[in-house]
Amino acid sequence: MAWIPTLWLLLLFLIPFLVVAKISLSEAAIAMPPYKPILTWAEDGLATLRLQFGNYLFLLDDPLYLSAYGESIQIAGISTLVTLLIAYPMAYVIARAEEPRRTALLILVILPFWTSFLLRVYAWIGILKTNGILNNALMGMGLIDAPLVMLQTDFAVYLGIAYTYLPFMVLPLYATLSKLDGTLLEAAEDLGATPWVSFWTVTLPLTLPGMLAGSLLVFVPALGEYVIPALLGGNDTLMIGKVLWNEFFANRDWPIASAVAICMLLVIVAPLMWLQRIQVRREEAAV
Amino acid sequence: MTVSRYVMPSLAALGFGFLYIPIFILVVYSFNASKLVTVWGGFSTQWYGALLNDPQILGAAWLSVKIAAISATLALILGTMAALTLVRFRWFRGRIWLTGMVAAPLVMPEVITGLSLLLLFVALENVFGWPAGRGVLTIVLAHATFGMAFVTVIVQARLRDMDLSLEEAAMDLGARPLTVFFTVTLPVIAPALVAAWLLAFTLSIDDLVIASFVSGPGSSTLPMVVFSKVRLGISPDVNALATLMILVVGLGGAIAFWQMRKAHRQAQLPK
Repeated sequence: MAWIPTLWLLLLFLIPFLVVAKISLSEAAIAMPPYKPILTWAEDGLATLRLQFGNYLFLLDDPLYLSAYGESIQIAGISTLVTLLIAYPMAYVIARAEEPRRTALLILVILPFWTSFLLRVYAWIGILKTNGILNNALMGMGLIDAPLVMLQTDFAVYLGIAYTYLPFMVLPLYATLSKLDGTLLEAAEDLGATPWVSFWTVTLPLTLPGMLAGSLLVFVPALGEYVIPALLGGNDTLMIGKVLWNEFFANRDWPIASAVAICMLLVIVAPLMWLQRIQVRREEAAV
Repeated sequence: MTVSRYVMPSLAALGFGFLYIPIFILVVYSFNASKLVTVWGGFSTQWYGALLNDPQILGAAWLSVKIAAISATLALILGTMAALTLVRFRWFRGRIWLTGMVAAPLVMPEVITGLSLLLLFVALENVFGWPAGRGVLTIVLAHATFGMAFVTVIVQARLRDMDLSLEEAAMDLGARPLTVFFTVTLPVIAPALVAAWLLAFTLSIDDLVIASFVSGPGSSTLPMVVFSKVRLGISPDVNALATLMILVVGLGGAIAFWQMRKAHRQAQLPK
């Protein structure tokens, strides 16, 4: 029985990456599928292997791709930080709430995750656009004279990512905060620490693992995000997921799209391994 | 304790506001008579009528429900097998492979999953002639694969918490392993299985990116149709659709809360 899920994942998760790697080394062609085979058999039975590293050289050569990687890391990083800042107080309050309030608040955090991701991103278009709800409200209160440009900016992308990934940050934070040993805080208080001091020197350092796990769960998928930059970002918001999508759907250049995907994998492999280690350690701790 | 009494609760309230105000606005504006989504033009239910008379949206919604139901069921079976393997059979030879692969789809950027699966399907078709073309089958296979990762995590957590003495008692009384599984293990983990199936269903019905890569002509799912509408600008019937979804999920949340509260009360009763 153990072999069925393993084989399934091998076939539909691992082998696809090898196919991507293979196609990233082939040459684009006007055909279906639109690439040339890398292994051809000549009439005399001789195999010719044609590996093209041209796609990777092209990625290095065109500043578009490098800056897209840079911008993705930057946008995902800032968004992760914003998410952490919003999520921490929420997780803190939930962890200290009594039942049944605690369950109710937890459900409130998870509930939006069950509604359509696409529609939650869409909600922000109506709020942020030039004649949108936020601008109308701010102008109505007399806080601004002319509408602010918020949609199609990086700011909108940060908000969109923080909004949609918030539960992934709150839940690991809640898990570590609710396991926090209250006697440590009492000890700090007895020794004369003010609430702020004990928060900075006891609570925050002890919840670092939760902060790390949550940040990884937000950062890695945000890095390859397509829908949020496509709907909320501007034309100049170059995220790597958008670049890959355009190479594939608009330019129909499968080899370049594959090369972009392989490079993206290289960027996320380190944080992924880290997450894996956290997972394994937690598993060992549970035994 | 100013930190825990005032600062954190007010910040948390802001956080919950951030989470729910956009959803609230979405619902309110679905009843807007004006076609301009951001100007209030009086109460109206016309967008619900428009939604229910849109054959494209209805067809896509039905297709999405079918795909989600099949792929969630597949994901549930595969994920439960993976979870049982990981929790109960600690030493089998593929273990490293399984642990390595099972959690990765959780965080894998969707564009990579989508592209890699499409390229696999195209390569398989070239070599074996199967799957012929892309469509419902390829979307189901793709969704079952990433849904499986979520199922595994949920079921794994429940299996770890489970009292093993129940199974041991059944075995001591002479039950065979399969009987033990179906009469003891399965009923105990049933709530987790329901939650996992629902999550896999939701993820499937919600997915735009992977479905866009692996779908073929004539198999546009609901998110694909909504995305093409939203890209052209804001449309009030999308608000109506969102409101209906929020209603269903809200009801689900209320039921979940009620169930958990009941379980909590029962756990607190004096024995």
